Formats: sequence, structure tokens, C-alpha cells
Amino acid sequence: MAEPLESGPLWPYLAMLAGALATYAWRALGVALSGRIDPRGAVFEWVACVAYALLAGLIARMIVLPVGPLATSPLGARLAAAAIALAIFFALRRNVGLGVAAGAGALVLLTWALG
Amino acid sequence: MTAGPERSGGSEAGWTPLRYGSPRAAFVGGLRRALGVPVIVLASSYLGFGALVQQIGLTLWHGLFSTFTGWALPGQVALLELYAVGASLAVMAGAVALVNARLLPMTITLMPLLRGPGVPRWAYYVAAHWIAVTAWAAGQRDCPLLPERERLPYFLGMALLLWGSTLCTTAIGFLLADSVPAYVTLGLVFVNPIYFMLVFAAEVRARGRVIALVIGALLGPLFYLVTPDWSLPLTGLAAGSAAFWLDRRMAAARG
Repeated sequence: MAEPLESGPLWPYLAMLAGALATYAWRALGVALSGRIDPRGAVFEWVACVAYALLAGLIARMIVLPVGPLATSPLGARLAAAAIALAIFFALRRNVGLGVAAGAGALVLLTWALG
Repeated sequence: MTAGPERSGGSEAGWTPLRYGSPRAAFVGGLRRALGVPVIVLASSYLGFGALVQQIGLTLWHGLFSTFTGWALPGQVALLELYAVGASLAVMAGAVALVNARLLPMTITLMPLLRGPGVPRWAYYVAAHWIAVTAWAAGQRDCPLLPERERLPYFLGMALLLWGSTLCTTAIGFLLADSVPAYVTLGLVFVNPIYFMLVFAAEVRARGRVIALVIGALLGPLFYLVTPDWSLPLTGLAAGSAAFWLDRRMAAARG
């Protein structure tokens, strides 16, 4: 074999291009299929339910079982920070920005205090 | 000087039709709609992405290239993590495809709401590149209220502002990563799930979709323990189908 691609300067771009194609393929397929599904029909509502469920599963997984740097923080701190974010969000008339700031700030403080 | 949308009609609260008057004004309206909390929070979450790029040892240009071409944060983060452990191209592409599989139903649901008279079909293939959670959730809510010819420009205005600002904060996060302590970086990364969680708490109303969110949140971590690779599509199919079925049953019981 020739020089492995993995050590070349183009390798990170190739990896990201592969990721970009894997991402855009879903969007293009969605456009292609969209005309053939009745937006008021049962199929449409089922597809929407699948989309929301999938995202909720991803969000819960990112909080409960994160990969990467978040995995180094205590589970209790992440759950408490998420609860604080929700509490602030509802207490302040569904303010997303302040809820997010409170949750991220709480995680920083809790990790710092517990670590 | 841009006038705000004209609100007309005495329909129920939260369902007031919008009108900007022209596609150009709708584009500007979309820009303005994204300006504020959506752009601040989404842009902040890309600070965390930029920081992650720097920690892995890649360059600023790699981070910008990823945000430019593969815009959708969960997939970008998954790709970086796999890249860092030396995964093969096939594994990286497969994992990103699984993480981003949600974009298919999201695009199918949003596209009918973006249709306008006289717009060539390729324009929708271009616009689809900017379908991601923030612009999608706002488009789902606002586009049905707009006249048809204003819908695509409105969405594009919103999406382009969000996209441009995430490119900026990818760079800022990369440059910041050296100077903030590790636990502050944790907070930056944690913005992603918290942001998505609150966006749904704020925007989702329909009963079936609320049930889908709750069951999905319960099944997601459980399925991940069993099969990390396949947990996302399985969660979506199982929890989404269950929610759809429950919603139908409840509607039938009431009607």
C-alpha cells in the first residue's frame, strides 16, 4: 500500500466531508420524498412523532450518558443542572436563554464544587 | 427601516397570521426573528464545538469547514469524537448518518410548509442544507402563518443568520479554548442538550409530539446501553410509533 491516507494533511477534511455527505443525504432525501407524503395525513404525523422521539432520546442520552468531555462530570451534577435549567425556564415565563445559562452555569459550579 | 409583520385577524392566541408584504421583507423578517435568543443560544453552543476542535488538535480551518459543510451540531460533535479515537471513514460516516437520521423526517415535515408559487425545485435542495433544530422548530411554528410566497425567504433569512453566527462562534470557541479552565469548557459543551431540551419545552404543543418527547427521553438512554450504534433510530421508531398510537387511541376515546 502507498502512504496511508490517515496521516496525510487532507485526512481531517476527508472525514468532515464524509460527515457532511452523510448529513446532507438525509436532507436531500427528505426534499425528494416530501411531495409524496400528505402533510395533513397520518403518515406525516407519524413521521413527526418519530423525529421528536429521536431528538428527545438523543438529548436524554447526552445528559445521562454523555461521551467526550462531559463524561468527566458527575451524573448527579448533570441531572441537577438540567433540573435547575427547567425550573428557571418555567419560573421566568419560558425564557430559553436564561434557562440555558442557568443550567450551564449550574453544571460549572457543581462540577467545580464536587471536584 | 423595516416594519414588523402585520398581524391580522382575530384568530385564537398564538395562531395569528403574519404578513411582511414581499419576499424580500420576509427574508429580513426571518433575519430579525432569529436575532435574539435563538442566535445567542445556538451561537453559544458552537463555542463549545470550537473548543472541542481545538482540544482534539485540529486547526481552526477544520472547525470552520465542518460547520460550513456539515451544519447540525450533534453530528459534528459525534464526528469529532470518532476522529479523535482514529475511527475509519466508514465508521465516521455511518455514525454521523445515524445521529442525523432525524433530518429526514424533519425535512419531510418542513418542506410542505416552505412551498411557494414559482420557486424552482432545486431551490428546496439548497434550502434543505440549513434544516437543523433551531430553524426547523421556528419554521414549523411560523411558516404556516405566512403567505406562501413569503415562507421560503423567511426561512432562509432565519437560517442564514443562524449559520453565519455559528461560523463566527466556532472560531471564537476555538480561540477561547486555550484560555478558559476545563470546567468552564464543560459548561459550554453542556449547553447543547440543555438548549435542545428547553426549545422543545417551549415550542412543542401537539399532544402526540409531547408524548413522543417523553417516551423518547426515557427510551433513548436505555437503548443506548443495549446498542449504542442503533439506539437513535430505534428510539425514534419505537417511541415515535408508540406516541402516535397513544395519541390516536386518546383521540378515539374522546371522540
